[in-house]
Amino acid sequence: MGEISPFVLFLGSIFTGNMVLSYFLGMCSFISVSKEIKTANGLGMAVIFVMTVTTAINHVVYHNLLVPFGLEYLTYIVFIIVIAAFVQVLEMIIDRFSPTLYMNLGIFLPLITVNCAILGIALFMVVRNYGLIQSIFFGLGSGVGWWLAIVALAAIRMRIREQDIPVPLRGAGITLIIIGIMALAFIGFSGVFKLQ
Amino acid sequence: MNEKAGNVFRRTIFFENPVIIQILGICSTLAVTNKLLNTLIMCIGLTLTTALSSLSVSLMRKAIPRKVRMIVEVFVIAFYVIIFDLFLKAYLPEISVALGPYVGLIITNCIVMGRTEAYALANSPTISFLDGLGSGLGYSLILLIVATIREILGFGSLFGFRIFGENFVNWTIMVMPASAFFVLAVILWIFKAMMIKKR
Repeated sequence: MGEISPFVLFLGSIFTGNMVLSYFLGMCSFISVSKEIKTANGLGMAVIFVMTVTTAINHVVYHNLLVPFGLEYLTYIVFIIVIAAFVQVLEMIIDRFSPTLYMNLGIFLPLITVNCAILGIALFMVVRNYGLIQSIFFGLGSGVGWWLAIVALAAIRMRIREQDIPVPLRGAGITLIIIGIMALAFIGFSGVFKLQ
Repeated sequence: MNEKAGNVFRRTIFFENPVIIQILGICSTLAVTNKLLNTLIMCIGLTLTTALSSLSVSLMRKAIPRKVRMIVEVFVIAFYVIIFDLFLKAYLPEISVALGPYVGLIITNCIVMGRTEAYALANSPTISFLDGLGSGLGYSLILLIVATIREILGFGSLFGFRIFGENFVNWTIMVMPASAFFVLAVILWIFKAMMIKKR
């Protein structure tokens, strides 16, 4: 599987293998934080950044630390620690150097630690056996795909806010249906790029 | 503070069902709902993890400093998930391959974390265990309904056995990810309509 070029991997993970729409990763925050475009955008940006960097770190840790010592069974816990530690450090740095950015992005950072998408990408990377450069582009592409999906969903949700939706379907119900239709639209891209 | 066991179950499975009321934790399991067997295994894993993590966190609740409680909870949860993962690899290797990375994603499932954080930290071990068990079962109930619908219509089978004749045309959309959203939305719709009527 080593021969997929990073560029194809980048585009493929945005369109054909979108994190939320075809792998259901990061659903919790995808539904709960998509009421406003502004907040959705902030969270999306944070996800892109954290996902790219942690995927790279996790790749290095996995192949240089876990595999040589035969500690693969600790993968989950090590990945979680790496992600949590990185987010914590990032939060401190942003808080120290850019209070404005912290105001906009800060509240999303703790949310990201438990975002399934971040851990999911790291695990997919291990299962699919990507190299370091591939992993970085895979992380970046998946992050961009997630951002694209959440911003689009937030835009649609803001538009239908005034509509007369059946009462039991309001909130989560209609959101799930919108996501379903978005997933159908993304099926149109299938076959354009080959991911696995 | 301590509520009755039957009450806990009624609350967690029906009135505060984690999927229907809180839309929590559907990430890790919705992905495997196109086959009933896979979903069942995932749900068992999730229910056990939630129940046992709640029990452990509740046992340690007086010893955990407030500041590091999150990381302690994650460690406890990861501990049980790793055991479950190793168990699957050893005894059910085929299913382990089919589930792939999704078993590990139980760690970041919001339900497990949510129950330990919101309930187990403040309640006695037995009742926390039941609360975790109930939440897991309530979650499994919905996901198993989704999986049943998707497998019957998408493959014409149940647990891998064909239940329709040769003439049955598979609904291809039911195999695709999009259908999981639609099916879950309809189930949500039905449950919420029933709840509103009851009130």
